[in-house]
Amino acid sequence: MPVPLLSILALTPLAAGIIVLLLPAEKRSLIRGIAFATSLFTLAVSVIIFFRFDTTAGGYQFIEKMNWLPALGISYHMGVDGIGAAMELMAGIVVFSGVMVSWRVEDRPREFFAFLLFLAASVFGVFASLDLFQLFFFFELAVFPKYLMIVMWGSPKTREYGGMKLTLYLFLGSVVALIGVLAVYFTSGLRSFDMLALEQAGLALEFQRAWFLVIFVGFGVLGGLFPFHSWAPDGHVAAPTAVSMLLAGVEMKVGVFAALRAGLMLLPEGMRYWAPLILVLATINVVYGAFIAMIQKDFKYVIGFSSVSHMGLVFIGFATLTREGLTGAGLQMFSHGIMTALFFAVVGMVYDRTHTRDIRELGGLFRTMPIAMLGFVIGGLVSMGMPGFSGFIAEMPIYMGAWQTAPIVAIISALSIVITAAYILLVVRRVFFGETPEGIRAGLSDISLMDKIVVVLLSLILIVIGLFPSVLVPWIEAGVRHILVLTGGA
Amino acid sequence: MNILSAHPLSLILFLPLVGAVVLLAFPAAKVKAIRGVALVASLIPLALTLVLWGSYRAALTVGEFKFVENYPWFTSIGSSYHLGIDGVSLVMLLLTTLLTPLAIMTSFNIKERVKAFMILFLVLETGMLGVFMALDLVLFFLFWEIGLVPMYFLINQWGGEKRNYASLKFILFTMGGSLGLLLAIQMIGVVCGTFDLVTITASWPALQGGELFGIPIATVKAIAFWAFVVAFAIKVPVWPFHTWLPDAHTEAPTGGSMVLAGVLLKLGGYGFIRLVLPLFPAESARFASWLAALATAAIIFGALAAAAQTDFKRLVAYSSINHMGFVVLGIAAAAWAGGQTNPTLRESAVIALNGAVLQMFNHGLTAAGMFFLVGVLYDRAHTRQLAEYGGLFAILPVYGAILVFISMASLGLPGLNGFVSEFMIVRGVWPIFTLFIALAMIGLLFTAVYVLKALKLTLHGALNEKWVGKLTEISRRELVVIIPLMLLVVIIGWWPAWILNLINQTVMTWF
Repeated sequence: MPVPLLSILALTPLAAGIIVLLLPAEKRSLIRGIAFATSLFTLAVSVIIFFRFDTTAGGYQFIEKMNWLPALGISYHMGVDGIGAAMELMAGIVVFSGVMVSWRVEDRPREFFAFLLFLAASVFGVFASLDLFQLFFFFELAVFPKYLMIVMWGSPKTREYGGMKLTLYLFLGSVVALIGVLAVYFTSGLRSFDMLALEQAGLALEFQRAWFLVIFVGFGVLGGLFPFHSWAPDGHVAAPTAVSMLLAGVEMKVGVFAALRAGLMLLPEGMRYWAPLILVLATINVVYGAFIAMIQKDFKYVIGFSSVSHMGLVFIGFATLTREGLTGAGLQMFSHGIMTALFFAVVGMVYDRTHTRDIRELGGLFRTMPIAMLGFVIGGLVSMGMPGFSGFIAEMPIYMGAWQTAPIVAIISALSIVITAAYILLVVRRVFFGETPEGIRAGLSDISLMDKIVVVLLSLILIVIGLFPSVLVPWIEAGVRHILVLTGGA
Repeated sequence: MNILSAHPLSLILFLPLVGAVVLLAFPAAKVKAIRGVALVASLIPLALTLVLWGSYRAALTVGEFKFVENYPWFTSIGSSYHLGIDGVSLVMLLLTTLLTPLAIMTSFNIKERVKAFMILFLVLETGMLGVFMALDLVLFFLFWEIGLVPMYFLINQWGGEKRNYASLKFILFTMGGSLGLLLAIQMIGVVCGTFDLVTITASWPALQGGELFGIPIATVKAIAFWAFVVAFAIKVPVWPFHTWLPDAHTEAPTGGSMVLAGVLLKLGGYGFIRLVLPLFPAESARFASWLAALATAAIIFGALAAAAQTDFKRLVAYSSINHMGFVVLGIAAAAWAGGQTNPTLRESAVIALNGAVLQMFNHGLTAAGMFFLVGVLYDRAHTRQLAEYGGLFAILPVYGAILVFISMASLGLPGLNGFVSEFMIVRGVWPIFTLFIALAMIGLLFTAVYVLKALKLTLHGALNEKWVGKLTEISRRELVVIIPLMLLVVIIGWWPAWILNLINQTVMTWF
């Protein structure tokens, strides 16, 4: 029997989280050690899954299937396609980085790391779910650690508001999506939540058109789709660093991933029918998000809104329903995950030392924390779509997809490139260069070795993908091939 | 030697980058070692380019490139790592690999954060070289954009007082300009199914009649043409897209200004020659007179503006707009004649285009030289105001002589390099755009005015007493920088054939 790698990936953090909770709170080093070992282990497993995935064969691999509630047609069904494998790897990297930068959390580390591991289990589970109910199960598993981590460890001023807003938005979105999922379940006549079966169910075109938006937008809320994006900046800003990294880096991908799996892949005709609407909304995401990011005074809000802008490109890629667009969307999911984790990590490192996120109160930080500056600049270059970095590799196919279906979308969205360049460069200059204001000088110090490892690791990934796209593209393409079969595209 | 013979272009292209990575490992305090490594990392590409020059045999058919390397890169969008050069690219490679070590040597006067400075400079060189080698539109765009980043930081971190304003203006202007270029490239890629320049050159211009995206194809092509033109016009820069230049060039550190004026402006001119003319022959011919009008405006206004400056460096910056106007005028004439069959006109166009390429090389030498000399003075006097100088010939005879020499080359004195190329452009453009070239002569007149004004205010007149004993003569290191430039100025002035033959063989295949 083959090793159930995906179950190991999803369930290890769950088990480790429970073990951590059972330990006495004073055993801080042991708790940190377990969290670190678990994140390193899941990173290793995700790397193994990624490289053992056969991109030529494509399809779903590493499949595990067991009955769960046979009476309801629910099974425990794990498996990944190329996109899923890439997402697992991305999540593995971000979870590992999140644990590393949280090393110095002194406030109730036991609960903190336990919840972080639960969150990890949730995202690993979603990306591997081939059963709709199970997907939903893992999807919702994240709600409770997310909420608690924001309100307990978040920034004191806004954590209640941010945590509440985030939870309500996402809860509402997932309830709507659940209704859609149930409609699919009943209408298909299969009485099964098995997505492989549902993909082939041949749902009536009218049904697909009627129910598509419910599922796609319901899950899309977590992906930050306009006009349901406003939880994202508030939530990201309120959250502690590691949670911001996981939220913007991985959780937003969980949203679009679920929208892709349950919306686009089960109801392809619905996607085709509603594509113009999604394109319009996503274009607003891209341009409006960039404009709002530009006028922010809070360092972290800049990044929060930039995520809204960048996630719009993923939706554009989906809605083009072309090979290029879908490939670009998959690449963007990966690239943005790593990039935004890097951004939030650096923002956290700056905040820990200066205790302010107001851009006007910061300055000259390159002198004390050069590596952090370098990481932020590299993230910034990715963000502005600079060729040679992963952002360009992702955006290029998305734009080409848009050219094939709606050229105007490409033209309008491209505006965001210059706006992004403007705000990123301004932030880099104000925060890292110039004079250091008197008020923040006292606490300045270089970032720790673990922080440096995170910054360098994430930066290198962004550069390597930018220079050698073939390290990632075949996985995404393997997934896209299957999607195109379902949508009937070429 | 295998890698040298099999991948000479990649080797030249990435050696500076390798040098930058090596520098990363150096402790920042080892300033001398860092300077040495940077210089060596930029000298090897120069040596290799000379070897390349020696072994280059001209292509005889259009679209044939030498030293070609073609490997799959980003296959899902049809982009490949495709490098290759012709005579025009080779001349530009020589200019880049020559000016970079000189600029690095000039930048030995940088005292702060030498390591970061040198790393950025080497990355910049790789970016510039890539543009001149790329035969894939995405690859072209990659190198086109990537060079902006180091230049932004060079201005922003080591520049003059208004560096924040100047650097942001520089990068936003250029990125804004390349937005249209990016979109047009994507569109062409979608239509042609590939980004390979050689393939696209064969299929895209032939695409005529019918509709694209529900719009007549001629309109789409006209829009795409202008998207390309604006991107390159900003870089050159052509009036009225020039306003970033005086700020960027003036605020940049001396080494940065040398490369900005010497090489980066040429990227724009090269873009016209490598992409606009081959991809849009019909549109180029149709809109050539518009381009010529803008170029003429650049020549006249550039000269007038230069003549009005009180800041020495700004004066030199405006002079670039003036000189690069001739390049674009020559290219416009060639673009127009591309649609003609009259053999005399086509012969004139060949002369004009030869002149334009040579003018790019020549301006690279003289502009770098001028910025260098302004920098030499600034390093000692810490002012760039012309009014504060005066009579410096008396205390700096060697420097004064060199300044006069380079100024004369810039002015277009017969016997020096500028004359050859400007004469060719005037001769070639005359039968095609007679009115424009006649107007451009006014610009040429004012060129003499501003050059002489600068010389008068710095070297002649009453000596400003406060400099006595404070200004020191040009140093040995500085002489090492300027003498190669002076030699080339004279050599090209008397014997341009060694470089013109190379250009001409390539240009002839296009007509």
